[in-house]
Amino acid sequence: MKGRKAGQIAYLGMLTALAFILSYVESILPISLGIPGVKIGLANLTVMVALYTVGVKEALCLSFIRIILVGFTFGNLASMMYSVAGGVVSFLVMVVLFHFEIFTETGVSIAGGVAHNLGQLLVAVLVVENAKLLFYFPVLCFSGTVAGCFIGVLAAMIIKRVKKVYKQ
Amino acid sequence: MEKKRRREIGLVLVLLVVSGLSYFGIRQFQNSSTENAVAVIFVEDKEVGRYPLSKDIRITVSGKDDGENVVEIKDCKVRVVKASCPDLICVHHQEISKNGETIVCLPNRVVVEVQSEEEAEVDGTTH
Repeated sequence: MKGRKAGQIAYLGMLTALAFILSYVESILPISLGIPGVKIGLANLTVMVALYTVGVKEALCLSFIRIILVGFTFGNLASMMYSVAGGVVSFLVMVVLFHFEIFTETGVSIAGGVAHNLGQLLVAVLVVENAKLLFYFPVLCFSGTVAGCFIGVLAAMIIKRVKKVYKQ
Repeated sequence: MEKKRRREIGLVLVLLVVSGLSYFGIRQFQNSSTENAVAVIFVEDKEVGRYPLSKDIRITVSGKDDGENVVEIKDCKVRVVKASCPDLICVHHQEISKNGETIVCLPNRVVVEVQSEEEAEVDGTTH
């Protein structure tokens, strides 16, 4: 029992470090379409892996710790606020879909990606009090679908392999 | 597994249709002429200035917490050339020129929006 717990802590620590690095890698990728909010969401890979291999609580912790670490290291308070908004909305959606087993990993990731973008967009609309920002909706909805699909397929491949090695 | 896959394909189709439809809806709305368009600058939802796109100009906007954004209008297109914010999302944003398009600087709470002046347009065509 004790040994298993230590193993889980080590595993989660590793995933957290990986999430941190992936966020950094994403921030230095020179991909910019000139539209804010369009991104791949590499760090969501680790959240997906944690969700499917460990559990909901642990994945939530991982996501939260990542946002705080990245916010303090590379961002600022404003960018952290948007990360939290996107992170919370997408996590809720992913957990519900995961729990009721509606989709495979790909579908969960797609819904999570789109929810992340919508959460951030809504917070931005509230902050600047200008509903014209909703003009970004089509692009963000589309990019969330594509990025979510990409991350979901990758995550499914990783989860399958990790599950063979790491058994609860 | 089969069932989940089918649901997933449904989800993707719905999302693609929704984003496609909303894209063309917004395009339709933006299609009004840009000749009489103005760039309207807001700081924390208060309007601080409006400038016609037809005249090249550089405007320095002072936003929240002494933040500054330099907005440039050139060849009927608007962009932010300089900003004091840390992330510079507004500076990397593509140029805007169509009705309803916006550039936002969230840290400084600055919004630049293109509006086509409907009244001016009616006057121009009827007289």
